[in-house]
Amino acid sequence: MAIDLRAIAPGAIRTQAPPLVTILAGIVAIAMLLPLVYLVIRAAEGGAFVETVTDRSTIRTLVRTCFLAAAVGVGTLAISLPAAWLTAATDLPLRRLWAVLLSLPLVFPSYVGALAMIGALGTRGMLQDLLGPLGVGTVPRIYGFEGAWLVLTLFTFPYLMIPLRAAISGLDRTTEDAARSLGASPLGAFFRVTLPQLRPAIAAGLLLVTLYVLSDFGAVSLMRFDSLTRVIFIEYKSSLDRSAAASLALLLVAVAMLIIWAEAATRGRARYHPGSARRTNRITTLGPWKFPALAFCASVAFVSLVLPTSVLVYWVIRGLDAGQSVDFLGSAAWNSVQAATLGAIACLAAAMPIALLSVRYPGVMARTIEKISYSGYALPGISIALALVFFGANYVPALYQTLPLLIFAYVVRFLPQALGASRTSLLQTNPKTEEAARTLGAHRARVFGRITMPQVLPGLSAGGLLVFLTVMKELPATLLLSPIGFDTLATRIWSTTNEGLFTQAAVPAILLVLISAVPTTIMVWREQRIT
Amino acid sequence: MTNNLISITGLTKRFGHVVAVDEVSLDVGQGHTFALLGPSGCGKTTLLRLIAGFERSDAGSIRIGKREVEGPHQHVPPEKRRVGMVFQDYALFPHMQVSDNVAFGLRNGDRKRRAAELLDIVGLAGLGSRMPHELSGGQQQRVALARTLAAEPEVVLLDEPFSNLDPTLRQRLRSEVRQVLESLEITAIFVTHDQEEALSVSERVAIMMDGRIHQVGRPEEVYAMPTSRRVAEFLGDANFLPGQGDGGYVRFELGRVRAEDDTSGEVDVMVRPESLTLSAEDGLPVEVIHSEYFGHDQLITVRLPSGNPIKVRILPGRALDPGQKLGLRLTGDPVVFPAA
Repeated sequence: MAIDLRAIAPGAIRTQAPPLVTILAGIVAIAMLLPLVYLVIRAAEGGAFVETVTDRSTIRTLVRTCFLAAAVGVGTLAISLPAAWLTAATDLPLRRLWAVLLSLPLVFPSYVGALAMIGALGTRGMLQDLLGPLGVGTVPRIYGFEGAWLVLTLFTFPYLMIPLRAAISGLDRTTEDAARSLGASPLGAFFRVTLPQLRPAIAAGLLLVTLYVLSDFGAVSLMRFDSLTRVIFIEYKSSLDRSAAASLALLLVAVAMLIIWAEAATRGRARYHPGSARRTNRITTLGPWKFPALAFCASVAFVSLVLPTSVLVYWVIRGLDAGQSVDFLGSAAWNSVQAATLGAIACLAAAMPIALLSVRYPGVMARTIEKISYSGYALPGISIALALVFFGANYVPALYQTLPLLIFAYVVRFLPQALGASRTSLLQTNPKTEEAARTLGAHRARVFGRITMPQVLPGLSAGGLLVFLTVMKELPATLLLSPIGFDTLATRIWSTTNEGLFTQAAVPAILLVLISAVPTTIMVWREQRIT
Repeated sequence: MTNNLISITGLTKRFGHVVAVDEVSLDVGQGHTFALLGPSGCGKTTLLRLIAGFERSDAGSIRIGKREVEGPHQHVPPEKRRVGMVFQDYALFPHMQVSDNVAFGLRNGDRKRRAAELLDIVGLAGLGSRMPHELSGGQQQRVALARTLAAEPEVVLLDEPFSNLDPTLRQRLRSEVRQVLESLEITAIFVTHDQEEALSVSERVAIMMDGRIHQVGRPEEVYAMPTSRRVAEFLGDANFLPGQGDGGYVRFELGRVRAEDDTSGEVDVMVRPESLTLSAEDGLPVEVIHSEYFGHDQLITVRLPSGNPIKVRILPGRALDPGQKLGLRLTGDPVVFPAA
């Protein structure tokens, strides 16, 4: 008889969940649904949902957006597959360092990346600055599809490379040997046995990348590429009737959900964490291929890390040279840190009851609540922001354009990240330690405080840092929902770049990159330790 | 004399300055089941991987049939060697259902039907559409065997194939696998660190230690006549008693045994616990120190008149208490080694 392993969930306790946990988790889940439900109501109220989304220009925008997402997906895969393989499974010199360097482009939010590219190659950019004296008048066009594609590929590929690298180091490489001994050539073994085992990681990474592209607002709007998010924003700003914007925002959600569904559908029945046996981390010897491999890693690191950094530094120095007054933005930096800290704490607080419920007390209720909480994945920032703008303005004007509503938007958007971290750390704690504490006379609350929390705290703080980092970089919701005069680094960069004030944009950009470099580096090092 | 299918000569493999396989020479007969027995880290898995073609040798050669597959200027890649391998953790392809795993090495013909036949041979008929993770450890092991056999290899290598299974299942599967291999007349090399497993499944056993082959022979030969003290100890319980060589004979506490003509001076005499009996009536007077009861037999430690302890394996009939006085007799053949 086969044993159905799915029936045995690690960390599960087969008793009734404490009512407090269920109630809290339920409240969070309902709150998560609020923006989506309101978006539907609002789009329906306008009465023109069908006309709006079947409009020819909408369809063109949709096709354009999906094409961009697909092209970025291809680009990131072309970078990530070799980069992940080289740093995880070969004797590439300094491969750990390369792994870290190639994960670091995550510290550049897409709009900072766009700023760097425009600042380097755009009109009145660095290249023109440098070439001008030599009599070269025009530089290649950077705006539009090419620019958006380049920026999004260069600064999102780590989302694919990191899971791919983990999958490659976790690979049971004896399956390759088995395939060889059964008559497969090295290439045959790669395509028939190795690559299919990496498929889930590739699909998961591509999901992150395409969702990022779909919901990206900063890079596409700075690159003046009319993807769905930019069109929504323009519609919202320019038209008095906002139901068209609501309809488009809903359409964006639908596309995101479709992609998530497609990824889930590719997963199939296979399981990829092999049973008991020891893992032999076999290393492929590169030999003379070492040099092209190094050249590849170095050029990726150059364009995605060194180049943007030097462009930003160039603009600051140039601005200082020209005697421009450089505002050192104490208030915007403080606002950013404040919003990100509150966002991270709120996310963790909202995630904890759901994680507890789903790990310790699995069941229909837990599964439903968990599914709902992951809806933030499918909700692009601009859609959440619009929903909350409408909701706030119509129902709770007291909250409209206040910090709490902004934080709420962050929670809806980034709860999945916090939930992932809380779940993982709870799964890693043995519920028997809790049971042991109960038998030693501790009541539930005391067990939670003395036994559970200390064990999950490291994992939670890592999750918190991750949320902090992402909130810090968040642009569209911050742009639409922040209180009047509440300037963050992100909004400051966006507005100054839009006006071509590269020096004014570069200062907050460097600050933002430095701040988000801290959690990214920690996260990447942790990743290193695991893999 | 059977034909040798595999001939290994002077095979050497180094990892840095560690010599994993040190000038190994071995012959394996056509249709034989051969066991490679040694403690962990002795180089036996490396030897297996060299035969399979996953590692390149630094010296020596391997011939399979008439073909040299490994040599100073020769390296046939694994997929061209017709050498099948059953891995310790099975290495089933996690993304393929069982029948696709089995059919992987099938080139042409009715792959589905053939895969089903092989699953039938290993006793898994009807489980072809399962995924590997939906099977128990023992079933996964059988899939791995079926998958290997499907490719119709000339030789099957098995790397600690039963070590991930619980003891009862291990024993059952061991004899099943042996039956399958024998009925298909397949030449097989087992690698194991379990002496009982090696002795029970194979027709010939090679004892490997520190990268070298110490002894090759039939299981009963290597057990009864180990060529060194280390081999003797590795293969099972062994008593060592001091003795005195005397031109063709050795005297020791239990009597006098024949030895090589040139034996002289101090020697060690090895006596297996099974080569001794205890009785109430006669023999060397001994005193029971301790007894371990196993069900199928019991191991009694007794004190000799000299004060040396010695282990005796007897039938489980009656329990013996510490302090009991009995007589000890030697029934089997002791083996003489130079003094340690």
